[in-house]
Amino acid sequence: MILVFLEHHDGEIEKGSLGVLAKGASLGDADAVLVGGGVSSLAAKAGSYGAKRVHVADDPSLEPPLPQPRVDVLAKIVEEGGYDTVLFANSVLAADVAAGLAARLDAGLNWDLVDLTGEFVGKRPALGDSILVDVGWKTTPRLALFRAGSFDAAPAGGGPPEVLSAAVQLQEHSQAARIVDQQLEEASGPSIEDADVIVAGGRGLGAPESFTLAEELARALGGAVGATRAVVDAGWYPYSAQIGQTGKTVSPKLYVALGISGAIQHKVGMQSSNVIVAINKDPNAPIFEFADLGVVGDVHEVVPKLTELVKQRRA
Amino acid sequence: MKIAVCVKHVPEGHGRIDPDSKRLDRSGEGALNHFDANAVEEALRLKGDGDGEVVVLSMGPEKAADSLRKALAMGADRAVLVCDEAAAGSDLVATSKVLAGALAREEADLVLFGQQAEDADGAVLWAAVAERLRRPVVSQAAEVTVSGDTVRVKRQTEFGYDVIETSLPAVVAVSDAINEPRYPSLKGIMGAKKKPFDTLTVSDTGVAASEVGEAGSKTEVRALGAPPSRGDAKKIEGDANAAQAIVDFLAEKRLL
Repeated sequence: MILVFLEHHDGEIEKGSLGVLAKGASLGDADAVLVGGGVSSLAAKAGSYGAKRVHVADDPSLEPPLPQPRVDVLAKIVEEGGYDTVLFANSVLAADVAAGLAARLDAGLNWDLVDLTGEFVGKRPALGDSILVDVGWKTTPRLALFRAGSFDAAPAGGGPPEVLSAAVQLQEHSQAARIVDQQLEEASGPSIEDADVIVAGGRGLGAPESFTLAEELARALGGAVGATRAVVDAGWYPYSAQIGQTGKTVSPKLYVALGISGAIQHKVGMQSSNVIVAINKDPNAPIFEFADLGVVGDVHEVVPKLTELVKQRRA
Repeated sequence: MKIAVCVKHVPEGHGRIDPDSKRLDRSGEGALNHFDANAVEEALRLKGDGDGEVVVLSMGPEKAADSLRKALAMGADRAVLVCDEAAAGSDLVATSKVLAGALAREEADLVLFGQQAEDADGAVLWAAVAERLRRPVVSQAAEVTVSGDTVRVKRQTEFGYDVIETSLPAVVAVSDAINEPRYPSLKGIMGAKKKPFDTLTVSDTGVAASEVGEAGSKTEVRALGAPPSRGDAKKIEGDANAAQAIVDFLAEKRLL
């Protein structure tokens, strides 16, 4: 039986977790687990994405998003429930929970998967996505971390799930860390995680003022603006717009990359976009290896014309 | 304060997977995983001019000594290499056992990791090692400060920053945004040759040979295939018609 870890933020289950749950439910009977403070009300939603039962560990001590208390809760549920497969949507938190659980249960963990077959063979792009590796498990439980955006979060139309209250018994080392301050940065304008279209800018824009090129094109396309870590670090654009390994992971219908080289740290945050268009003056930029349409050219010349043409077409 | 830094020796360039063994080919030239250089730098910064010790530790083939020597040249005090044919092909579970065993011998106050391995894109090992050592763990550290027996970490997440405090001993994985690693000086490179360098076998770490390598791994590589196609990738020169070409492409994809 499959267990899916559901991550939540700000009173909502993360889209990536719901996608993994829908995938898990398509492979067999799938249950889900919610860990946090005041999370009981989220269980019903898990049902509509295919969860038969939802284990809920609802306790104030679990409210801070720290991994080790979650390892304690999951280890008990997996062992007592006899789960042979535990699935996670990758995130800063989920990766630490999955790896901690792997050590606790002496269980195999495969990560960065983009798919899982009914025979429990995981698909993992490797070596800069130049190769697709089939990975498996030699023992159970099998633990898997999926790359963000691997599955659509489409409701499966299931009924209300059975809700099971999970025991909360934390180990001493799991209680040592505590969050003393949180600085959550809220995006202004459309949220990049939910946007169908993202126009993102990198160092190749040349100067912070040039972000108006990205903003105007985003407005014309009805999308949101994203940024690479390099320009966020340089103070050109706020962190809330940062896409990549240490920022947000997005999978819009259209991703337009302006002056972005496509370094791996950025790529992991946007590679599951449906269509990628890249404009960069460096013909050797890595982004051209995975863009659906690559334009070798100066963003300052191409983008204003492009914005104008899009406006005309949409008028 | 004693700080241990776990580092990995990775193949240079894109790397290749050997079709027979289905393992990463580690026979060519390699280098210190550049994300681990951030962890070494942070350890050196935290030690400062104090009388602490920075130990760099790796599990890998003989050639991994080159990466440890680079860390010594940067300023680390001592190196430990777990080098054992039995450990080749170890997965996360097996690797974490060996590293935890080697770290337990060191009894460091703080264990640091870099944010990922360049070759395997793995970004999970520290959490498994911390669990085996039964120590608190914090990852994605953008800032680390130590005062007394408390470590304070600014953790970067998808939603902003969390400031996390925990008691030492602890395990912290640093992000590559945390610092700019120094380059070894000529003096550092010369001095590295005289620094203590221990080589251990798996059994020295208190782990049985049957628990490591392919025998001790719980995951396996079954097959290698072609990457998923992104369809017909097109590349055009950005001449006067480039903007129109993009609009036509978006229209064809029904995105306008």
